[in-house]
Amino acid sequence: MISITHLTKSFGKFKALDDVTLNFERGTTISLLGPNGSGKTTLIKSILGLVIPEKGSIIIDGDEIRSNVSYRSRIGYMPQIGRYPENMTIKQVIDMIKEMRKDCTVYDDELINGFGITAIQHKTMRSLSGGTRQKVSACLAFLFSPDIYILDEPTAGLDPLSSELLKEKIRKERAKGKLFLITSHVLSDLDDITSHIVYLQDGKVMFYNEVDELKRSTGENKLNKVIATIMQEDLLIDATY
Amino acid sequence: MLHTDMKTIIKYILLDLFKNKTILVYTFILAVLAVSVLSMSGNSSKGLLSLLNITLLFVPIISILFATIYFFNSMEFIELLLAQPVRRKTMILAEYCGVASALCIPYLLGVGLPSVLLNYSMASVTLIFSGIFLTLIFTAIALLIFVLFKDKTKGIGAAIITALFFTLLFDGLLLSFIYSFSEYPIDKPLIGLISFNPVDLGRILVLLQLDVAVMMGYSGALFKEFMGSVIGSVYTVGCMSIWILIPLAASVGKFRRKDL
Repeated sequence: MISITHLTKSFGKFKALDDVTLNFERGTTISLLGPNGSGKTTLIKSILGLVIPEKGSIIIDGDEIRSNVSYRSRIGYMPQIGRYPENMTIKQVIDMIKEMRKDCTVYDDELINGFGITAIQHKTMRSLSGGTRQKVSACLAFLFSPDIYILDEPTAGLDPLSSELLKEKIRKERAKGKLFLITSHVLSDLDDITSHIVYLQDGKVMFYNEVDELKRSTGENKLNKVIATIMQEDLLIDATY
Repeated sequence: MLHTDMKTIIKYILLDLFKNKTILVYTFILAVLAVSVLSMSGNSSKGLLSLLNITLLFVPIISILFATIYFFNSMEFIELLLAQPVRRKTMILAEYCGVASALCIPYLLGVGLPSVLLNYSMASVTLIFSGIFLTLIFTAIALLIFVLFKDKTKGIGAAIITALFFTLLFDGLLLSFIYSFSEYPIDKPLIGLISFNPVDLGRILVLLQLDVAVMMGYSGALFKEFMGSVIGSVYTVGCMSIWILIPLAASVGKFRRKDL
């Protein structure tokens, strides 16, 4: 569904993405993992067209994304930091995005109802807590039932209940054959919803594999244990040189 | 015709900014100053001159600072909107139109309305035009600063320096230029130099409409002498339009290729 080939992007001397080649298929949930500055956000932003890569291509269902903007109507994006115009109400923000997406008339308001957003929709964005703002971001990402979801640290500021609700929703949409790209630092949070893991370091893909296979090969059951084991093995390999 | 996405973005920026405290205070202060200045001085052109000085002092610095801060604060929201099927050009121009009109309305209400009601004349109308032009110009420069700088603090610093340069420093440089070349015929080069400062252009546009223009400083007299009121006004308006268009075009060009 999304195929990325030889994607390279540098900021000055710093290589944020270094010859990244990846293929993402329908009906999978892909966790983008890696330390800070490993290129996760740059990768996501390249797919969204917010960062313009210097080399390589991103093709979504056969169309190179550089050519036009209409492909973005198929992506739901939830940013890491949701900052909105201070004096706008939740309702105004949602209405605004709806007005910009006139092509879509059927709305998925399951999250809006689940998070109880309607009850507080006249509050201004300034008065909301970080978690509530994150809920608004999540609602916006799911509103138009896109084929591809890009969620940047979706559960970082959410309370456990909302986090579960969001994960349940992710599971449900994935079962419909949607593609999810998720970055997260809290590994345990993604344990039960992830199907594939992409591990980035210094802008390079260290590995891209199915979770089940990783679990089998490392003999660990928890995601963070799996990652830790792999990283340790890498260190051992490095040490033998 | 405006793009529908553009209209939507402008509409919601205005909804946000009309509840903004800075905009409300700005309107209020302008209105208080305008009403008091116009009703205090018996001589109408004297009142208008004070109002002109208030405009030249407040409008550039408030416009550029407020717009720069607003643009930088909107960064994340702009990213979110750009994740929708919206062109970057549409986005950045809508952002400009929204903020620029939100800054023009306080001026129209605060200075425009009192001066039309209390002191209606051609010169008053010209003053309103001049203030609106300055708002549009300095908002466009703010947009360029926003596009060029990645860091908010640096951007605000650049905005302050730009405003101070045009309101204070430029005239100082101009004076030293006049002083050091006083033995040469520098009138024509001077007119050219003045075109590089939108604040001076705004001043001249109004002074050309007033009889006191000849007494009010070198630049106004120069323009009146060389071009007369009509051609002088056309020239100033032309220069001010260029002062809007160049920063805007540069911003659009740069924003298209910017990494967000």
